[in-house]
Amino acid sequence: MSRTEIRITGFGGQGVVLAGYIIGRACAIEAGRHATLIQSFGPEARGSACSATLAVCDTEVLYPYIQRPDIFVVMSGEGYERYRAELKDDGVLIYEKDLVHPTPGAPDKAPLRLREGPAGPRAYGIPSTRIAESLGRAMVQNIVMVGFFTAVTQLVSRAQMRAAVQASVPPGTEELNLKAFDAGCAFFDTTYGEAAQSPALPASG
Amino acid sequence: MNTGNAELGTTGAGPGPADAAPEEHPIAPYVRMDRMPHIWCPTCGIGTVVKCFATALGETGVDLDKVAVVSGIGCTGRVAGYMKLDGFHTTHGRAIPFATGLKLGRPELHVTVFSGDGDLVGIGGNHFIHAARRNMDLLVILVNNFIYGMTGGQNAPTTPLTAKTSTMPFGNFERPFNLAHLAASCGASYVARWTCLHVRQLTWGLKDAIQRRGFRFVEVIAPCSTLYARLNKLGTGFNLMQFYHDNAEVRHGADTREVDIGFQDKIVCGKFVDDPRPTFLEMMDEHYRKILGDKYVPMPPAGGFIPDPDSCGNPDPNRHRDGAAASPRGPTP
Amino acid sequence: MRADPAGVLTGVHYLDGDFACGEGAMAAGCRFVAGYPITPSTEVVERIARRFPRMGGTFVQMEDELASMAAVVGASWTGTKSMTVTSGPGFSLMMENIGLAVMMETPCVVVNVQRGGPSTGLPTMVGQADMMQARWGSHGDYELIALCPQSPQEAFDLTIDAFNLSEQYRVPVLVMMDECVGHMTEKVIVRPAEDIEVVPRRLTAAPRGEFQPYRVDGRPVPEFARAGDGYRFHTTGLTHDERGYPVMNAECQEKCVRRLVDKIRGSAEQIVRFEEEGTEGADIVVVCYGITARVARLAVHLARERGVKAGVLRLVVVWPFPEQRIRELARHIRAFVVPEINYGQIVLEVERCAAGQAAVVPVPHGGGGVHDPSAICQSILRAAQ
Ligand SMILES: Cc1ncc(C[n+]2csc(CCOP(=O)(O)OP(=O)(O)O)c2C)c(N)n1
Ligand code: SF4
Ligand SMILES: [Mg+2]
Repeated sequence: MSRTEIRITGFGGQGVVLAGYIIGRACAIEAGRHATLIQSFGPEARGSACSATLAVCDTEVLYPYIQRPDIFVVMSGEGYERYRAELKDDGVLIYEKDLVHPTPGAPDKAPLRLREGPAGPRAYGIPSTRIAESLGRAMVQNIVMVGFFTAVTQLVSRAQMRAAVQASVPPGTEELNLKAFDAGCAFFDTTYGEAAQSPALPASG
Repeated sequence: MNTGNAELGTTGAGPGPADAAPEEHPIAPYVRMDRMPHIWCPTCGIGTVVKCFATALGETGVDLDKVAVVSGIGCTGRVAGYMKLDGFHTTHGRAIPFATGLKLGRPELHVTVFSGDGDLVGIGGNHFIHAARRNMDLLVILVNNFIYGMTGGQNAPTTPLTAKTSTMPFGNFERPFNLAHLAASCGASYVARWTCLHVRQLTWGLKDAIQRRGFRFVEVIAPCSTLYARLNKLGTGFNLMQFYHDNAEVRHGADTREVDIGFQDKIVCGKFVDDPRPTFLEMMDEHYRKILGDKYVPMPPAGGFIPDPDSCGNPDPNRHRDGAAASPRGPTP
Repeated sequence: MRADPAGVLTGVHYLDGDFACGEGAMAAGCRFVAGYPITPSTEVVERIARRFPRMGGTFVQMEDELASMAAVVGASWTGTKSMTVTSGPGFSLMMENIGLAVMMETPCVVVNVQRGGPSTGLPTMVGQADMMQARWGSHGDYELIALCPQSPQEAFDLTIDAFNLSEQYRVPVLVMMDECVGHMTEKVIVRPAEDIEVVPRRLTAAPRGEFQPYRVDGRPVPEFARAGDGYRFHTTGLTHDERGYPVMNAECQEKCVRRLVDKIRGSAEQIVRFEEEGTEGADIVVVCYGITARVARLAVHLARERGVKAGVLRLVVVWPFPEQRIRELARHIRAFVVPEINYGQIVLEVERCAAGQAAVVPVPHGGGGVHDPSAICQSILRAAQ
């Protein structure tokens, strides 16, 4: 029963929930696994910190919430501060490079190995907002992040995630969103290179 | 349930529908004669309103199969049970939302709400103002007897200042609603007031209202001869009628701000508002048609009922009695 | 009959429980919804409000839940399948007219996406503390049916079942969802319309003039006439005879209310629905429902790893309660463990049916989250000692 727990966080308007939805959909529908998405609701969802969690499993997801994420996708500094402590010790951090400044080896939990390179980086940064802006719409920042996420984690194939993007974005915006997705993947390829093997995903439970 | 004297009135005497031989009475087609005698007290005004409504229905020639009457709880609330129409005796205060469901569930129905002042603007006041605001296509006949009759004469939101009720034994000190003004300011497209003494005008007024659309509010001042009259030492039902005779004046188009009713004060009657603005259903239809175009599938006039194609023997619900087929269900998108 | 394809969004979707519930209603043929916004249920009506204008349905946002429930009962009398959706505070306001629906034998569906209570409680967080209110919340004696989905897929499937049961028994059927299921997104498969069985309203074929709205002739439920079909019938919330006329005496009360109660009690064995896993030869049976059933199954796996013979009885239909099955199990097992997100509601029923033959261990949770599986597991281990 391999189970992967994911938290995605950012500020309202960044499309955190849509990013979670696309990843969940790719796992559950395109890849035929089980994926339970929970989004934060109420005042929290409207405030500055917004968050969605995913539990992905090969069998039915029995416990819907996450306890310690294997993957932490973070698009705002506030979200990082709020949730950094829960990331698994051997977890993967994926962050918006311009907005989040991870503190390596901070004394309070969440030890991070920020070495980038073939030795096995655990933290992956991307200037997803800048990339989205270069595509003409800052709004697709979350989709750039989804592309990057796919390349980093290989949770599902790029084709599967691409199909989920296509099925989830508002009609008429598919082309732009797929471009954003591809740009996220491409950033990984150029920055972290072919040689930098993505880590096998840590599995819990 | 009836802690007042209403139950004593089962002799059937009085102005109600039971005061003549059932088979011959002109309103027999509209009234459940098998339920007579009714529970109303002799000289209670409610029966007269029923009689006028029945006459008005007959004169308009509306298809009675398509008329539904919805009542809440109270002496007036019993009307739905006495009329030979689809009749719904619901819960206290909820006649208007229940009627809203009926109307929206089968838009071709003529839905009439027939209930008391306490029911419609006391406990049910919130529904009243919102149905008026939406201009929901309902005819609301409110029998205002200034009191809670069924429960034994308690204060109502319509009780005039200083009038005595069982819960205001020293006289009412709360300001009552001016119902005509309330309805008008909430957006009712038709507002009128009559008394049950003025049978001809009331019948005409109800007929007029039946023929309009939207939220039509007809307030009928009727005596609670048993409780309101006794608590206030106003004599018999006859004395109250005499009072209406001497103190009611017809002022069509009167400014509703000026028609509030004081204790034993003059009663301004007439048609105050007649403004045929679009109803809820018309607004909804027009809006969706504009926004959704061909994709809009309105509920058919015969309702959102989906018949079982395999059922035999059941009447075709989309067929009127006269054989005219209602508009078919829209295409499936 | 087969579902009207206009309401069926056939395909494989990634939907939250609220949306799935709305899709289930539309697939079941629901064409009237009245509601008043309340977290965490509002998404159900938001979904429906968007889709209804394309399938001949009408949604109306009423002024409160009293009005919503009354409108639903009214609309159902036109033969239009009708539903309302709410959460705790609104559920409280609906109670009187749920009783009206019971008394008038009006098919309708009420969805309660349960949140933490009492009062305003925890608007955005899970609870399961309305289970007894579902059973007893309206005044007077009555029986109705309540279902508990554990996933968005079941929110879809059980909402269809709720409509079907409400038609079959002419009774309000409650879908007792919870915030966790309502707000979780998972894969939901919507079958093609021709694979969805829906129970149509059973209309009377009696000639006009002979129809009596509450005559049963030995059947459990009377035949139905729609308002506007010319039957000119009467119905009331008062105790009534077969003509639907009020009769105020003990004999009529006995006849009228007895039948309302018996039509459900007498069919309880057909209506009850539960799923068992590993109860054969078990020492401990965990009785659970809704989201807690998923967490409890995890706990049972943990307990089995520790060598305890534990099984699960998941209630799909909670009301009527599966008395017979609990009685049978009580004779063979050591203890029932009953986790629920309240301080002990369904556990009382389990206790009643176990009647001292097996121990009954509550595992309460006040709401705002689901159980920690290890807490349930601990209770199982303790009960097994
Ligand atoms: C929820 C609820 N509260 C209270 C009552 C008791 N009750 C029955 S009728 C009534 C007052 C009816 O007054 P009104 O609508 O003026 O009718 P009238 O009898 O005067 O015609 C009350 C308070 C009830 N049936 N239901
Ligand atoms: S309103 Fe008054 S007079 Fe009329 S039936 Fe009721 S108690 Fe009697
Ligand atoms: Mg009154």
